[in-house]
Amino acid sequence: MMQVKALSGDQLAERLEQALPDSVVDKISDEVWVEPARIAEVARFLKEDEDLDFQFLNSVSAVDFIEYFALVYHLTSLRKQHTAIVKAKVYGRDELVVPSVYQVWRGADFQEREIWDLMGIRFAGHPNMKRIMLWEGFEGHPLRKDYL
Amino acid sequence: MPIRTEPMTVNVGPQHPSTHGVFRLRITFDGEEILEVEPILGYLHRGSEKLAEERNYVQVVTLTDRLDYTSSMINNQAYCLAVEKLLGVEPPLRAKFLRTLVAELQRIASHLVAVGFFIQELGAFGTPLMYAFRSRERILDLFEMLCGARITVSYMRPGGVFADAPPDFWPALTQFMHDFAIEFNEFEQLLLENEILLVRTRGVSPLPPEMAINCSVSGPVLRASGVNWDWRKMDPYDAYDKVEFDVPVGSHWDNYDRFWVRMQEVRQSMRIIDQCVAQIEPGPVRLVDLPLVIRPEAGAEAYGRVEASKGELGFYLVSDGGIAPYRCKIRSPSLINLTVTEHLLVGWKLADMIVSLGSVDINMGEVDR
Amino acid sequence: MNCQLAADNILFENALYRVIYDAVGSFLPCWLAYVAAGLAIMLILVNAVLLGAALVTWFERRLLGRFHNRIGPNRWGPFGLLQPIADLAKLMTKEDLIPAGADKITFSLVPLVMMAPLLLMTAVIPFSKNTALANLNVGVLFILAIGSLTTVAIFMAGWSSNNRYALFGAARAVAVLISYEVPVVISLLGVVMVAGSMSLANIVQAQAIPFLLVQPLALLIFLTGMSAELNRTPFDVAEAESEIIAGYHIEYSGIKFALIFAAETGAMLVVAATIATLFLSGWVGPFAEYIGWFWFLLKTLLVLFVFVWIRATYPRLRVDQIMALSWKFLLPLSLINLAATTLEVFFLRDSAGTLATIDLWIMAGINIPLALGCIFLFGNLVPENAKVLSVRPTTVVVPAVATVEVR
Repeated sequence: MMQVKALSGDQLAERLEQALPDSVVDKISDEVWVEPARIAEVARFLKEDEDLDFQFLNSVSAVDFIEYFALVYHLTSLRKQHTAIVKAKVYGRDELVVPSVYQVWRGADFQEREIWDLMGIRFAGHPNMKRIMLWEGFEGHPLRKDYL
Repeated sequence: MPIRTEPMTVNVGPQHPSTHGVFRLRITFDGEEILEVEPILGYLHRGSEKLAEERNYVQVVTLTDRLDYTSSMINNQAYCLAVEKLLGVEPPLRAKFLRTLVAELQRIASHLVAVGFFIQELGAFGTPLMYAFRSRERILDLFEMLCGARITVSYMRPGGVFADAPPDFWPALTQFMHDFAIEFNEFEQLLLENEILLVRTRGVSPLPPEMAINCSVSGPVLRASGVNWDWRKMDPYDAYDKVEFDVPVGSHWDNYDRFWVRMQEVRQSMRIIDQCVAQIEPGPVRLVDLPLVIRPEAGAEAYGRVEASKGELGFYLVSDGGIAPYRCKIRSPSLINLTVTEHLLVGWKLADMIVSLGSVDINMGEVDR
Repeated sequence: MNCQLAADNILFENALYRVIYDAVGSFLPCWLAYVAAGLAIMLILVNAVLLGAALVTWFERRLLGRFHNRIGPNRWGPFGLLQPIADLAKLMTKEDLIPAGADKITFSLVPLVMMAPLLLMTAVIPFSKNTALANLNVGVLFILAIGSLTTVAIFMAGWSSNNRYALFGAARAVAVLISYEVPVVISLLGVVMVAGSMSLANIVQAQAIPFLLVQPLALLIFLTGMSAELNRTPFDVAEAESEIIAGYHIEYSGIKFALIFAAETGAMLVVAATIATLFLSGWVGPFAEYIGWFWFLLKTLLVLFVFVWIRATYPRLRVDQIMALSWKFLLPLSLINLAATTLEVFFLRDSAGTLATIDLWIMAGINIPLALGCIFLFGNLVPENAKVLSVRPTTVVVPAVATVEVR
């Protein structure tokens, strides 16, 4: 039976540091935290690197930890059969902008729009950055912890 | 004098018989040909993710039923796997087999709905749909025996299933599998080689594998694009490492392949069910030492995923040590499979549009959540 | 008053008409009796057709129910026979909506324009011996000409509704009709040639053996073409429910919808009756003098059954495929049929220009293999594959594992 293995944070961080210095912020057991401003660069590297080969973006999530937002990218390589978790901390509450990974993975299209809609993090470079679930003109971002 | 023509914008949906629910496409037509497509969602948005933050871990199971209401069992399974990952526990073996079994039954039911409506959208007046629903009804009856509900089952719990199958479930299942083999043969004879179906679907709206992967498409749509990727094989959960099955893969990436892959998957599901019935042994069906109110440790997080009938269904759970998930992100296959709508539809005709949309098999409960 | 209908009158052969005429003629002036009898028989005919259409909806729904593994309407009346009345009552109590921006006059005219040609068509169909309202000597031409008027109504509906789905439906309907009129007309030429007359009564008389055997290709083409003109599956693009919802009649509700619906089913009934007349020898059968109407109805029901059967079986073709079927498949076949029939009639007819029964059998012997051969040949000659995948990358991304099952 085939088992997809998770790449450890150390491995990922090492590769990333080599290619894109100063992009890694932190690393834990099986995840790596990167600089949010450089997420698109990191994404492109993760996708195009021969050994990493993360062609498939499983999901993009955002979690509201009150003092910061965590952006979580679950990635899979179909050829190499390994997965990785890449995260980024976005500090602040208003006017949050993070580069979009739309150009790297089209699959991020609806999920980034959804994050903007429900969490209020804008993605720069997304061609159609508008609300997806709620209507235009809706006030607030309901999935935030301070939205009641 | 040349005839002056101009493109025409039409709203397909949200009330349209073939958009699988309240889904809207704003389409610009040149005659019958599609120039531009913009999917517009959110008509069934119920804020499931926000609701999950207000309920304890067991109660969230009922929310998952209402995501893709044609495959509630698999939604339950995905969520329960995520919670188990969060806690670091494993359900007993009998529960694993039961889960696998009902998940495959549900996959058959869901694929029957998908294929039935796919043919309906091709214009067949109900006959294939009714044939599909005939078998699906009996699967729902089986679910009723298991848990008293047909659609919103809530059968699974973190750490196992809600209750063991009643004794008369097993003969009923055997009888169903016997009848279904015959009914499905009939269904295949009716459809697989149907001349009009072939003419209408072959070569229409191909989705190249590179495109499919880049758009994060999953499930039968991804496999129909020639990518051999099935989470049941790649990351076996529950009892999938104890059963044998094949992964059907398309070779032409078109609407027919998407239909064909689903038909073949039904066959494989039948194989899995037979193996589950043969291998299942008496034993507990639920972890007894799991408390009723689950409190995972603070800061724990888990991404549990299954190969649902529509694709990869993932639950990303984050715990803050409380009784409710701090964050419950649902990675719904239907929503993300819609990313390819534009690629599938532009340049094709109105009639093909409906069929291509049907071949992606979306479910609005899951798209909008 | 003693009125006498002239023997050369077009209505002379209609037995029922003469009965009414004689009855009212005994106390009315002759010219008034002539009109009154005509109106009476028209009233009978119109009601018969409408009732027939209602029963056809019941027949179709019950039959579709059986095809679908379900029961179908069975609540109201014996076997659910009163279901059409319930439907009608429901539709009549619905609000009669006219959409804003619609062309009101055109919009409201549509149900009538749809209904009229259908009722006119029934005038020339012989239900039994000497019962056609008017035994026109150009009956076939009349049916073809009047029958295609429905398209005008469809286009009126599509245009006046101010709805884009309706427009789609109307455009498709017109395109389909124009394509299918040609092979349908040519196919009927063969029948007319063999019968040596355009009058439906004479065509029935000429069928010593049903033309089903003598003109199998013509029957196939006529059935296909009429399915297309009636918007029946697999050619129901004009009102494709899953694509353009209801096509041209999307905006109609209440009694207008009921009329349109009745016109559609009525048209199916009339076409089935026409096919029964032209190809299944109409009212001819054992004891046809007394129960000709029974044979006629039986044959009509048989054709209706085929229509419903087709509807329950096939998915829908795309509109360009329907055009292709007409121009690439049916038109050549109809020409072949015409040529073959011409030659056969030319060589087989006697000096008076008539064909004996044995000649018909000879024609059947030639035409049936010809039909099968042509269908087989053309079926393999014209591949209807839509767009062929042009770009086909050589590398398929398949992870290097496990079972690959390739079709």
